[in-house]
Parts: sequence; C-alpha cells; structure tokens
Amino acid sequence: MSDHDYQPSSKLGKWFNDRLPLLTLSNHLREYPTPKNLNYWWTFGGILTFCLITQIVTGVILGMHYIAHSDLAFESVEHIMRDVNYGWLIRYVHANGASMFFLAVYIHIFRALYYGSYKSPREVIWIIGMIIYFLMMATAFMGYVLPWGQMSFWGATVITNLFSAIPFIGESITNWLWGGYSVGNPTLTRFFSLHYLLPFLILGLVILHIWALHVPGNNNPIGIEIKKPSKDTVPFHPYIVIKDLFALLLFLIVFAFFVFYAPNILGHADNYIEANPLVTPAHIVPEWYLLPFYAILRSVPDKLFGVIAMFASIFVLVILPWLDTSKVRSAIFRPIYKQFYWFLIADVIILGYMGAMPAEGTYLLIARIATVYYFVHFLIILPFLGFKEKTLEVPLSIVEPVLGGSPKQTSTKNNSNLRENL
Amino acid sequence: MKTFIKLIFFIILLINFGNSKLYAETSQKLLKTDWSFKSFFGKFDRASLQRGYQVYNEVCSSCHSVKYLSYRNLAEKGGPEFSEAEAKAIASNFEVIDGPNSTGEMFTRQARLSDKFVMPYANDEEAKSANGGAYPPDMSVLVKARKGGADYIYSILLGYEEAPSDVNLEEGVYYNKYMYGNKIKMSSPLSEGIVEYSDGTKATKEQMAQDVVSFLMWAAEPHLEQRHKFGFRVIIYLIILSVLVYFTMKKIWSRIESKV
Amino acid sequence: MSESDKKKHNRRDFIITASTAAGAVGVGAAAWPLIDQMNPDASVKALASTEVDVSAIEPGQSITVLWRGKPVFIKRRTEEEINSARSVDLKDLKHPERDEDRAKNPEWLVMLGVCTHLGCVPLTNKGDYNAWFCPCHGSHYDTSGRIRKGPAPTNLEVPKYVFVNSKTIKIG
Repeated sequence: MSDHDYQPSSKLGKWFNDRLPLLTLSNHLREYPTPKNLNYWWTFGGILTFCLITQIVTGVILGMHYIAHSDLAFESVEHIMRDVNYGWLIRYVHANGASMFFLAVYIHIFRALYYGSYKSPREVIWIIGMIIYFLMMATAFMGYVLPWGQMSFWGATVITNLFSAIPFIGESITNWLWGGYSVGNPTLTRFFSLHYLLPFLILGLVILHIWALHVPGNNNPIGIEIKKPSKDTVPFHPYIVIKDLFALLLFLIVFAFFVFYAPNILGHADNYIEANPLVTPAHIVPEWYLLPFYAILRSVPDKLFGVIAMFASIFVLVILPWLDTSKVRSAIFRPIYKQFYWFLIADVIILGYMGAMPAEGTYLLIARIATVYYFVHFLIILPFLGFKEKTLEVPLSIVEPVLGGSPKQTSTKNNSNLRENL
Repeated sequence: MKTFIKLIFFIILLINFGNSKLYAETSQKLLKTDWSFKSFFGKFDRASLQRGYQVYNEVCSSCHSVKYLSYRNLAEKGGPEFSEAEAKAIASNFEVIDGPNSTGEMFTRQARLSDKFVMPYANDEEAKSANGGAYPPDMSVLVKARKGGADYIYSILLGYEEAPSDVNLEEGVYYNKYMYGNKIKMSSPLSEGIVEYSDGTKATKEQMAQDVVSFLMWAAEPHLEQRHKFGFRVIIYLIILSVLVYFTMKKIWSRIESKV
Repeated sequence: MSESDKKKHNRRDFIITASTAAGAVGVGAAAWPLIDQMNPDASVKALASTEVDVSAIEPGQSITVLWRGKPVFIKRRTEEEINSARSVDLKDLKHPERDEDRAKNPEWLVMLGVCTHLGCVPLTNKGDYNAWFCPCHGSHYDTSGRIRKGPAPTNLEVPKYVFVNSKTIKIG
C-alpha cells in the first residue's frame, strides 16, 4: 500500500492526520515492505534501538544521583551502588549496556560488510551509521571517565593527549579540552555534560538512519533489488516485529547474564580505585570495544602518524562505498571476497587482542602486520577485487528459486538458510 | 541454528577478551578456596561474615578504612545480619566528631547506625606517614579493585614467606609470593589465634583469611545476594518468554509460509 | 470452520495472548526499579532520628531544629500559654484535637514547622493568637499549633518524639 493512499478509519483520526500525519507515519512503519528472507543478522538494528533507549533511560536515572565533581564522583557512584533503591541494578545495566551496545553494533556493521549493505543506493545510510558509531565511541569514552577511577583518569589523560600530537597548536588544544593543565575537575564536568548530550544526537541520527533506510528499503541476504511490495516482501508488522522481538529476547538473556552474574568482567579492576594523579596504573587499556583502534594507534612508532592512522582506520570505513567497486552486493555470490571478509574479521580480532597486550616484542610486530593488513584490505584488495573477481550468478527474485523448477545451487543454499531462520 | 552458534562464538570471544585483560599479568597462580558467594545461587555465609567483621575490626581496622560502609549496613539483609541491637552496640564503641553545637563547637559523640565507619586516619597524608610512606588502601571496594578479586586478597593474606636468598628486602618491606613484584609494605597481618571467635570456631590463618575476605567481598558488593536472586528470576523469565514468543512467531509466519 | 481448524485457531490465540501477558508482566516488573530509585534511599532513611539538647530554652522561648530536611518547632510554653491552649472548647476547632494529646508534657510543644496548607514555615509569636502565623496565605495557629483561621486544613503535625532524659529530646 502506498503511503499516500492511507486514510484513517475514524473521523477524528482523519481530522488529526490531516494536520499532523502521525497516523500515516505509523501506517508506513507497519506496512513497510521488508524482504522476507532477512536472517537473524538483520535483527540487530532493532536490538541497537533497544540498547540506545536502555542507555538513555538508565543514564538519565544515574544522572539524578551522580555528582560530577572530582572530589565526589567516585563516592557518588558508590552511593548509587549501595544506597539508592536498585541503584546497583541500574548502574550495572548501564555499564554493561555499553558493552552490549558495542557488541550489537559490531555485529550490525559486519553484517553490512558481508552483505554489501553499504553499496549504492544505501551510501548515505552507511555514512550516517558511521557517524553514529564514531559518536558512540566518544560517548562511551566520556562515560567511562565519569566514575573517576584510576582507569577513568588515566584513560582520559591518554586519549586527550592524542590531540597534543597535532603540530604547533596541540598543547593549546589539550589545555582547552582539559580546562587546565591536566585532566581535572573542569574536564570531568564537561565530559559529564557532553556524555549527557551526545546520546540525544545519536538518537536524532538514528532517526535519519532509519529514514534513509526507508527510502531504498532494506538490503537482503542475496543482495538483489526487489520490487516492493511484492511476493518477495512482508509487511514490517507483525512479521519483522515479532522476529526482532524474539532475537531481542535472546540478546537480553546474554545481557542479563553479564549484569547479574559477571557485572565487572568487562570492566577493569583499576577503575574501582579512586583517581590518583600521582600514580599511573601498571597497564592502561581501553574498554574492549576500542582495543582494535588502540592497537593501530600503538603500532605506529610516530606519535602524530599513530593518531592519524587511528582516525584513518575509521575514515576508511566512511568512504567504503566507493572503495568497494564490485557491482554484486552479497558475499554469497562473491567467493573471493568472502574469504577476505573472514580474513578481515580475524585481523580485527587479532588487533583487538594485541590492543590488550603490552606494546612490545612479538605483540608489537603482530599488531603492525595486522594494522597494515587492515588498510590493505580496504585500500587495495577491495578496489581490485571488484574488477577481477568472477562472481556467481545472482537470482532475480527471492522467491523465484522456490517457484522455479531447477533452483540454482547458491540460491537454494540461501533458501534453506532462510527456512531455517524463519 | 548456525547463527546462534556463531553468536555464542562471539560471546565466548568477548569473555576471553575480558579474561585476557584480567589475567594478563598474573603470573603466580592464586590460592583457591570455596567461596559460598560464587555460583549462580551464591550467598554469603552469615557466621563467616560476622567473624570476618571481627577480624577486620580487631586486625585490619587499625590501618585500613572501609569508608563507604555504614554501621547500619551490618544489620541489613544480605550482609552479616547482626541484629539491630548488636549493630547499635558495635556503633556505640566508636566516636565520631559532630557539630557544630549551639555554641559553635565541634564535639564527639557515640556513633549511630547512620554513621559511616570511623576511619583510622584523618586523611591520606596521616595514613602514609604512620605507615612508612605506604598508603593502606581503603577496603570498601578492595575486592573489586584487584585482579583476581577474592582469591587474590586471600592469597596475599596467606602468601607471606621467607624471602629467597637472592631477594634483598629493605627495612619494613616483606616478601609475599602473590604480590606484584613480591614486595609488600604490610607485615603478615594474620597469625594463629590473633582473634578469639565467640562462636568457638578455631581461628586458624586460613579460617581468618576466608572470613575476612568474605566480609570484604560483602563490603564491596553488598547487594550480591539480591543480584543473584534477581538474575536467576530474570533469566528464567526471559527463557520462558522467548519460548512463548518463538511459538507466536511460528504462528504468525505460518500465515504467509502457506501463501508462498 | 472444521473442528481441528478451530482448535488450531484457539491455540494460536492462546499463545499470542500468553506471550502478550507475559511480556506485559515483564515490562511492569522492569519499570519498578526505574520508579523506585526516586524514593528516599537507604542513607536518607537511616537519618530518621535526631537528638536535641533543650536545656538552654527558657519558658516562652522556642527553637527551630532541622529534622529530615524540615524545620521542627520546639517551644517551652508559659503557664499562660498552656492554659489558653487547654481552655479552648473543641467545638470551636476546625480540626479538633485536645492539647493534652498534642503535648504530653504540657510545658513542651514539639511540632513540624510546616504549614499544612502549602508547606511554608509559619512565623512564631505572630497572628491572632500570638502563637504561629503563616505569612504565605494567612493561616493562624493557636498556642497548641492548632489551625484556627485561614486556609490550612489541619493542625501543625506533631512528630514522633521522646524525652531521652530531662535535657534531651529525640525526634523520630
């Protein structure tokens, strides 16, 4: 059904809808034609929305009890953990929620990489997504500073010192960031303010992300353009809603396990020691979700170029739609790309592991090789592969192989996946 | 199903990251003991917590504060669960500075349940100067602030040894097998019979270490029992709801499966 | 509709209803911690009582102390004030309460200094009864803290308190 045809059934509904077409919007969201072969990797969009809302709700609540002052922050967090009604629960949900958020976003991003969701006509969705991802990292980093433990303090010191790598004006910029000559109370209060603000920017960008998605519609596992609506699609409600909900519940079981049985395993013990500007912890590591970038930063021997490499590793993702020259989207039909895709995953995991290890000896060597490979994948392999790779035959429709007498091998495989997933 | 296996793989990976971080530097294998609070239904052993408080109070508290605990916590559910009268009696053994009174002067009074645990030193500097420059850390969240948690503290308490001949110790420094760098400025705090348990438990070093570490675990995580209880209920609930939603999903999708 | 179809249909309805109901219960249960966190926390509840030294108060004088963030009036009344409070006919009162019930020890009147109208703090030794008068909206209280004139609906509230000894009152 086209959005323009929609008419509310009640008179009041029509009156209201003529003035503010909320009902048209809600009808659009319900009827939105979605490819019927979406697998469970596609449920992470909904899961991420849930994560964002959970973080905002628990965050606003924590903000009611938290005190952004270098003398009181640590104590106020302990106050939340001990005295506030269910404060321990809300804080652990928020702290582990950040990790869950990143877990989901990485799956979401790697799903897009596998199925070529970033390719034309979905470049804008992808770029907005990358901006969201970048803001998420900034938000998570500033949030980690707020408890004012040792890792908060020294993490903030190390990351803000990245900007001192900028020639000539570096020192002025770090002093400006800190509001002093080192990380201190002014830094904490501004980080709190921004940590509160950024999630709402993210929320706005998420709305744009979904809007931009609804223009071309979803990509799908076989990566072909489909007619909408058609036999290849189902309305978003109830089919996709219920499936997203089921996936969300499974995700919540994992989430609950961390919150209730291993709430501190993803954190760092040193952050339960109050910040002390005189003593640096023996081993500073960022949260797990930033480790690959940390490894890239450290594997470059020059300070400035290390910082540039780290930011470039994110920027290279932003321009990915133009680096990947292949006309075929889904890796299902790209046998060689599929291999490189798994190499990339392995590479990022290796980088993450090296980020957690001390930057010396073999670790450093491996991290350097992995860093080089990371850039080679995006800057050399992907552009060439588009020209050289012999792709498999792509079906014309999602349901075609089922209807047709002799399904192609690849699409049958895909279809059995689809059946299994439903 | 394949997707789930992959997902589980990712989660295991995630946990491994956590672990690799946690244990990256712990070369010495920690001593293990049976903690009643580990596992899905883990609870504190009340008697052990009460004995642990006694050890803290008689041995540790002369140097180590627990500044985030209040006396009322001793009577709260999920903790040592002293009776309110007992907790009041404990509090009344301590003096706190209050005021100013109507003439503008500070005065000391007996501590009440609402007061925070009295600290042994007025500030960090006093604590340092009284301990040869080493700051005895606050123990409120100590268990969570050390890699290896309860096992680590337990190992430290029992890890004092004669220094090997090649290790040279300065004055006031002791050798501990589990300490980072093996040098610690605290002398071995526990010795057989240093406290006398009122419940007749024999005060061996292992017993005291177990009791006081249990107490410190509770101090760091006072809502642990409630957390475990909630967690079990939440996860059971989520599993049941997942099953229900799974069948709902099957039903809903069967509407179009037949059409295709 | 055949019998088996009907059964199938019923089962579908049942599973959807059951899921929805179970989901609603979960959402409700999850909402409670988010609401309850705004209630007074354990450290606030623990400050329930406060002890006040009243030995320096002369007859006719009153002091104001803070208890749970609210002012508490402690007044040492004169003979005259006690008599005027005790001689009032209960029928004349908007909120009938005997002074004997409000002040167990007639010399000492302890009550919350919070006007029962909209929460302002009344002025002492003011108003028609030369006792308490709330400047916000003109409520007059008598020497027992009872509402006599003005918009306030009830008498000033008497908190729980005990004389620990002849010099000290414990409120709460």
